[in-house]
Amino acid sequence: MVPITYYVSLSAILFAIGAIGVLVRRNAIVIFMSVELMLNSANLAFVAFARYYAALNGQIFVFFVMAVAAAEVAVGLALIVAIFHSKQSINVDDLDSLKG
Amino acid sequence: MVTDFLLFIPLALIAIVSAIGMIISKNAMYSALNLIVNFGTVAVFYLILGAQFIALTQITVYAGAIMVLFLFVIMLLGAEHLRAPRKFHWQEVAALTAGFILLAEGIYIIFFKPAVVTGYPAVPIGYGSATAIGLELFNQYLLPFEVTSVLLLVAMIGAIVLASRRRKSTRSSRFDTTNPLITSDRQP
Repeated sequence: MVPITYYVSLSAILFAIGAIGVLVRRNAIVIFMSVELMLNSANLAFVAFARYYAALNGQIFVFFVMAVAAAEVAVGLALIVAIFHSKQSINVDDLDSLKG
Repeated sequence: MVTDFLLFIPLALIAIVSAIGMIISKNAMYSALNLIVNFGTVAVFYLILGAQFIALTQITVYAGAIMVLFLFVIMLLGAEHLRAPRKFHWQEVAALTAGFILLAEGIYIIFFKPAVVTGYPAVPIGYGSATAIGLELFNQYLLPFEVTSVLLLVAMIGAIVLASRRRKSTRSSRFDTTNPLITSDRQP
């Protein structure tokens, strides 16, 4: 099998790409997808370490991360839809006031 | 060993290229499709690492449910492209610098401060199967599992409340003009 260092480096690269996406993009939906990418890269590291220690705990944790990600996406996309209806834009540079 | 690398390197390249394609494509729809490809390759990595149940959950939950929600919202809002031009050009440079510093730190720690890396131990039969995950989940992690159900319920209620608030407010504003109680309330 490929050494665990490769899996963890791939996870770090995907995490960095996700972080760059959050910082560079201005479209709220794409920012959200970048956050999903970062969660996914963390999951990859979890599964790789679970295999490395031959323990199941890492996979259980990935299961919970997926549940949290699903909940987060549901609420976050509802928020984006609500913001779009009040501002007619999902550019995060336009969202500079707390008052709707 | 060589076949493992022959499988790993192309898949890793596809994952990285699709992730980069996600953040550089102008159209949010292409971003979503690139992300689905990325989730697919990561699911194959899970299969290689002996996590069958997690791999198929990844396909159904991430590439299926979550990305369908994303595509649905993108199409609902018609938000493939941003209309307003970006305001701060220096942000991009700063963000790229910060991102590459993060990447360099990660690679440095992984390759130059290594822990004692040994081979993979042998795993018991049925490792990563639905049976093993389920036994672990319902014996040792029963309370977090139940808390997850509450979390999903709260998320569902939150999404419904957020989505229905606008309709309710327009209805009440329509009542404002017709309801004598409210109009009399407004004129002291």
